[in-house]
Amino acid sequence: MHDFYPHNVERVSVLLVAFQSVLILVSLLVLIAFLLYADRKVWAAVQLRRGPNVVGPFGLLQSFADLLKFALKEPVIPSGANKFVFLLAPLVMSISALSAWAVIPFSEGWVISDLNVGILYIFAMSSLGVYGVILGGWASNSKYAFLGALRSAAQMVSYEVSIGLVIISVLLCVGSLNLTEIIQAQRTGLAVWLGLPWLSFLNWFWLPLFPLFIIFFISALSETNRPPFDLPEAESELVAGFMVEYSSTPYLLFMLGEYVAIVMMCALTTILFLGGWLPLLDIAPLNWVPGIVWFILKLWLVFFMFAIVKAFVPRYRYDQLMRLGWKVFLPLSLLMLFIVAGVRQYMLLPA
Amino acid sequence: MMSYSYLLTEYFPLVIFISIAGVIGLMLLVAPFVFSYRRPDTEKLSAYECGFDAFSDSRMKFDIRFYLVSILFIIFDLEVAFLFPWAAAFEDVGLFGFWSMILFLCILTVGFIYEWKKGALEWD
Repeated sequence: MHDFYPHNVERVSVLLVAFQSVLILVSLLVLIAFLLYADRKVWAAVQLRRGPNVVGPFGLLQSFADLLKFALKEPVIPSGANKFVFLLAPLVMSISALSAWAVIPFSEGWVISDLNVGILYIFAMSSLGVYGVILGGWASNSKYAFLGALRSAAQMVSYEVSIGLVIISVLLCVGSLNLTEIIQAQRTGLAVWLGLPWLSFLNWFWLPLFPLFIIFFISALSETNRPPFDLPEAESELVAGFMVEYSSTPYLLFMLGEYVAIVMMCALTTILFLGGWLPLLDIAPLNWVPGIVWFILKLWLVFFMFAIVKAFVPRYRYDQLMRLGWKVFLPLSLLMLFIVAGVRQYMLLPA
Repeated sequence: MMSYSYLLTEYFPLVIFISIAGVIGLMLLVAPFVFSYRRPDTEKLSAYECGFDAFSDSRMKFDIRFYLVSILFIIFDLEVAFLFPWAAAFEDVGLFGFWSMILFLCILTVGFIYEWKKGALEWD
């Protein structure tokens, strides 16, 4: 009995953790509402349009209006559908995407659960999104949805392999699966050896692992079904892929899960390659700025890249997509893994 | 050895976080069934097929290559799963650990080249 109720059980205040979780989830969802707006604005700006500009000042409240509209629309469940699985699928997608945020360190110590296997947990949770896709496509009992789900699942699964290998290479440079330690490991690096420790952005892993940074970014686009890899939702080919039969908030939950996963990938890029909450330059006014500000700024920067890519890259064809995943990224990331491991073993360089 | 208190302090918040995420998702899912107007009819509830009645069952045969992709995925994802502990303990396993893992990766690379030559990665 004693083992199950250790002395420090008081410290794990359930209420406090619940409050922090609600705070993180709500601020995450609000952040995503504005990122969605930013995404549409960037897209519009590239196409010389105005984008959303009616609801609220500069259209800032557009996403909230969309939310209300979704919640008030008629939910249609097709008569041929397996009703339980049909409604379970969007729930699986959104919960698995949201849960991954429990281990993200927003600043030093600002984390719900500082797991020693943090990156493995994120990897597992983001893989679970595929279940939502497959379940939704199968339960709809519609050809479009079924084919869309198959294509979508094959795509997500293909790029997960190279994402996994890239993560392993980063872990080789860190020696820990803990996300906080991954960021702490980026405190020293190239800039320190050059004798210019204040140039801290050279310390981060994006520079020594540059090809992996690019592979990770492109795989993240594909993993989250973002353009140019948005084949599951290719409206000219498959209508809306596995989401054809969905309406109202079940559809909203799919979209939400997708955007949460996209922002998750931005956060992961920030943590693995851009030094997380570490300041850009380690000099006086900049390193007074709290870590969370740096984290959010870097996250926005990566999201901006996601938005720009969406705006000006044409969509891939399905066979090109599979070729890129299996014949280019997989061998490249495997090769980089050999190189990183060899360099770590024989040159004894930390990164 | 990991103590129960470690499990409690690190994994219990995770349970709370996931349940709160679940509550948010469930609330959103239930909302339109409570608030919004519903008037279903046969046409509205039929499967979408560009306005036609469905020609055949939608649980149909599909391309074998999707199976191939999933099998390849299982192989490589298992490989990644084996690599995680190696990467975490890289400093501790020493030269022997390093070379045994390189051998493992080489065997997998040979397998990968074989798949490529056999045309398992072709998609056209």
